[in-house]
Amino acid sequence: MMRIDCPHCGQRAQAEFTYERTLDSVVTVEMVADEAMRRLYERANPRGLDDELWRHSFGCRQWLVLRRHRTTHAIEAVVSFDPTVHV
Amino acid sequence: MSGPARIGGNGGASLRFTFDGVEYRARPGDTLAAALLANGIGRVARSFKYHRPRGIMAAGVEEPNALVTVGTGGRTEPNTRATDVFVYDGLIAHSQNRWPSLAFDVGAINGLLAPFLAAGFYYKTFFGPPKRWMFYEKFIRKAAGLGPAPTAADPDHYEHRSAFCDLLIVGAGPTGIAAALAAAQSGERIILVEQDRVVGGSALADGASSPDDAEELRKAGVRLLTRTTASGLWDDGFVTLAERLTEPGQSPPPGHPAQRLWHVRAERILLATGAFERPLTFAGNDRPGVMLSQAVRTYIHRFGVLPGSCVVIATNNDDAYATADAIAEAGGKVAAILDERAELSAIARAAKARFQIHTNALPLSTKGDAHHLKSIEADIWTERITFDADLLVVSGGFTPAVHLHSQAGGALDWRADLQAFVPGASHQAVTSIGSAAGEIEPIAPPLTGPLAHPKSSFIDFQNDVTAADIDLAWREGYRSVEHVKRYTTLGMATDQGKTSNMAALARLAGAAGVDIPQVGLTRFRAPFTPLTLAAMAGPDAGGHVAPSRRLALHDRHMKLDPLWLPLGYWHRPRAYPLAGENLVQAARREAHAVRTAAGIVDVSTLAKFIVAGPDAAAFLELVCATGIAKLAVGRGRYTIMLREDGMVMDDGTVWRLAETRYLVTSSTGGADGMEAHLSYARHVLAPTLHVSIIPQQEQLAGIALAGPFATEILAELIGAAPPAHMGLINATLASVPVLILAASYSGERSFEVYAPGFEAGPVWDALEAAVRARGGYAYGLEALDSLRIEKGHVVIGAEADGRTTADDFGMGRMQRKAGGFIGAQALLRPALSAPGRMQLVGVEAAEPIPEGAMLIARDGAPVEGHVTSATARVLGDGSVALALLVNGRERIGETILASSPTRGRQVRVTITDPVFYDPDGARYRD
Repeated sequence: MMRIDCPHCGQRAQAEFTYERTLDSVVTVEMVADEAMRRLYERANPRGLDDELWRHSFGCRQWLVLRRHRTTHAIEAVVSFDPTVHV
Repeated sequence: MSGPARIGGNGGASLRFTFDGVEYRARPGDTLAAALLANGIGRVARSFKYHRPRGIMAAGVEEPNALVTVGTGGRTEPNTRATDVFVYDGLIAHSQNRWPSLAFDVGAINGLLAPFLAAGFYYKTFFGPPKRWMFYEKFIRKAAGLGPAPTAADPDHYEHRSAFCDLLIVGAGPTGIAAALAAAQSGERIILVEQDRVVGGSALADGASSPDDAEELRKAGVRLLTRTTASGLWDDGFVTLAERLTEPGQSPPPGHPAQRLWHVRAERILLATGAFERPLTFAGNDRPGVMLSQAVRTYIHRFGVLPGSCVVIATNNDDAYATADAIAEAGGKVAAILDERAELSAIARAAKARFQIHTNALPLSTKGDAHHLKSIEADIWTERITFDADLLVVSGGFTPAVHLHSQAGGALDWRADLQAFVPGASHQAVTSIGSAAGEIEPIAPPLTGPLAHPKSSFIDFQNDVTAADIDLAWREGYRSVEHVKRYTTLGMATDQGKTSNMAALARLAGAAGVDIPQVGLTRFRAPFTPLTLAAMAGPDAGGHVAPSRRLALHDRHMKLDPLWLPLGYWHRPRAYPLAGENLVQAARREAHAVRTAAGIVDVSTLAKFIVAGPDAAAFLELVCATGIAKLAVGRGRYTIMLREDGMVMDDGTVWRLAETRYLVTSSTGGADGMEAHLSYARHVLAPTLHVSIIPQQEQLAGIALAGPFATEILAELIGAAPPAHMGLINATLASVPVLILAASYSGERSFEVYAPGFEAGPVWDALEAAVRARGGYAYGLEALDSLRIEKGHVVIGAEADGRTTADDFGMGRMQRKAGGFIGAQALLRPALSAPGRMQLVGVEAAEPIPEGAMLIARDGAPVEGHVTSATARVLGDGSVALALLVNGRERIGETILASSPTRGRQVRVTITDPVFYDPDGARYRD
């Protein structure tokens, strides 16, 4: 079980968090259909670092962005989700 | 072995235990394996596939052969290693995989059938006529196996516990103890775990461990957990430890758990897990009486047991010479030492004065009967020499125990001088030390020449995989070690190949003509040793398996003694049978009352959200596919929410309570998901909207009042005119402030009455009394389901199965053409409007329609759809059902077969519109 350093609550066990999706698969209603479908069905899934959207569901309930390594699970950074930066 | 083997007699053996019904005695501190050897029992098991007699090979958890069942009733623990159970007074153990007895085992005939049970045998039976596997299956299932799982409930309780530490050290051998004592001076929080009952590790084999070590560790401030196995090493220093507080089959003291599973988060981890000794590969290397060298030393020094009196030692290293000395000191005769090496080392040369030593010597085969080893044939230079012996000690060198390092994602490096993989880089703060890190005696590469009898030369003892099986896999084209593993079942037994791994890789490398590192290695997985299911479940058993959510009106329902239906974590009344009624009769009476008089049903579990703020309507138009903005204050509307792929996610109602305040209801089962979905939409998709979402599922209890008398009942109870259909009012009922929504799910005139949960009791009482006074009843989910099926209302999970769009339900026109809601873009995908989609229809028949039945034109024809929900008609005779059918809307009036092979039923049904009852809504519209 990973340990996630919530910017609001400090280090907590992964069990308190819920994975949502990678940032590159967020689909807004403004996107044209092609772009929306590409984001849903053609994800990069890199063997390396990726930005993921998580929620501290059983803690502060805030939305977070984890920069996490896909193979080692090493978490490089955890920040609050910021719509001006992340979408 | 040929008789009791306790050095100097079995004095001090105060513990009684039984093995296969015969009582024996053990000394305190004995493992079951030590006690069996002390009592002269060399054969304790039958092998997995060929039922070959097997004895005790090791002294630790790596034991592949001596699997026994310990305990009785609910405390039965099958497949326990005899080397990993400490004898307590009254222990009951049984041998496994034999019938009728260990001595006379019918299954041993499999040994004669060995040619047919080679690698890939099961796999091959899948090809050719299907009957072939059907024929072999019965035979294989009976023959191949381990101990049966207990059927009685486990009477004990199990604990989970969390801990945090700066340093976790796994293994309290000399290396682990020294590391713990050194680190303890820093004042850090240190946990040291040892799977054995005592500390000492490999020093126990040499009689060199001190009983004071444990005391010293505790004094130094180290938290020492003995009889505790580091079972899994996961991400970020998370380690699961399995602590045995009682031995398998043993009753714990009252109030104490049998086992404790620790969840430890460690900042740093030291792995002092030692090394496993390897056996050698030759014919009959699995016979009772063939034992590992360090194990023999352990039995002599730790348990005072000499497992043989006339001994041959086969080795490729110096460590086995210490065993020769130990045997001689204990009074045993070392007949010969067969050293694989051409040139003797200094230690071996020094031993020449004491023992008969042969260089270039390899064991070829063993002879013996079912109980005892008799002789060993060896290949020495160019000669074949046979030695009489009752114990053959083998040592093929040592393999570092890299399991936890590998579990943690660490790399493994090949060391040719050790002929072993050692821990390499790890991205976690995990370091291996001592022999686990490769501080072991170097050995020469094993000889991989032709074996005299590869079919009886075992590599994986526990799964009966021979050298011939690995050769066969290679010949049949299996090149990857991952494929060979699965084809031969190599390393897939409960010991995960602790003793067999390197021999297997060497054999495969030999066949391929490559070096071992080119063959590769499979990744090690948790648990390190088998873990009982009870330890994993911990306290989450029985009534604690899942949380139980009770309705606010639970006590009101209890008074009516309903049949309960668990729905998710909720417990809801399914029906309220009167005396003598069964479920079907009760539900029919209740539904009938709703159609003809009145009824009330608890709808408190519906998801409810207050959505408030200046942008509330804009937010709702984001998550709902239907129009919201034009909804007037005091009115409500049915709505659907889509997933991003355009499929129906949930449905419910939206009510405009005030100018900028809405109430949204959605399905019970989707409530938690809807909370997350709304939060995602609010914070990620629409972060600039001014809106708040307040979940109200548990705050508001809801009671639906339905039936022809509903309007007059409600008017009487609130002293005012009830709202018109899809209208809402605030009122007072039984002195409780309530919100009343006029929505109909049942198809009758209906009102949902919401009150704060803790005040809802009197509201229920007043409604129930009024309903009863008019000949109605409280009704449960069964009646509710019948009513909604007749009315053609879809349910999330039945009709909305994640593959259906609103258009499939005939509700496509409810979706806003302009889009702008979640899922709108996906609706443009051509396949969603192409012909051939499954569409919602009704089907009816005179007889009951099986739910889940497939819809087919005739027997053997392609499946064209299925029945999603079915019920008997509430009023009148016959059955109606909802179904999803290819191009269903064009086929109304046709007949089709609803076929349920699992229930052996077939019904011819007529395809109809999905709304069977009051299609115009005349019964509830104003």
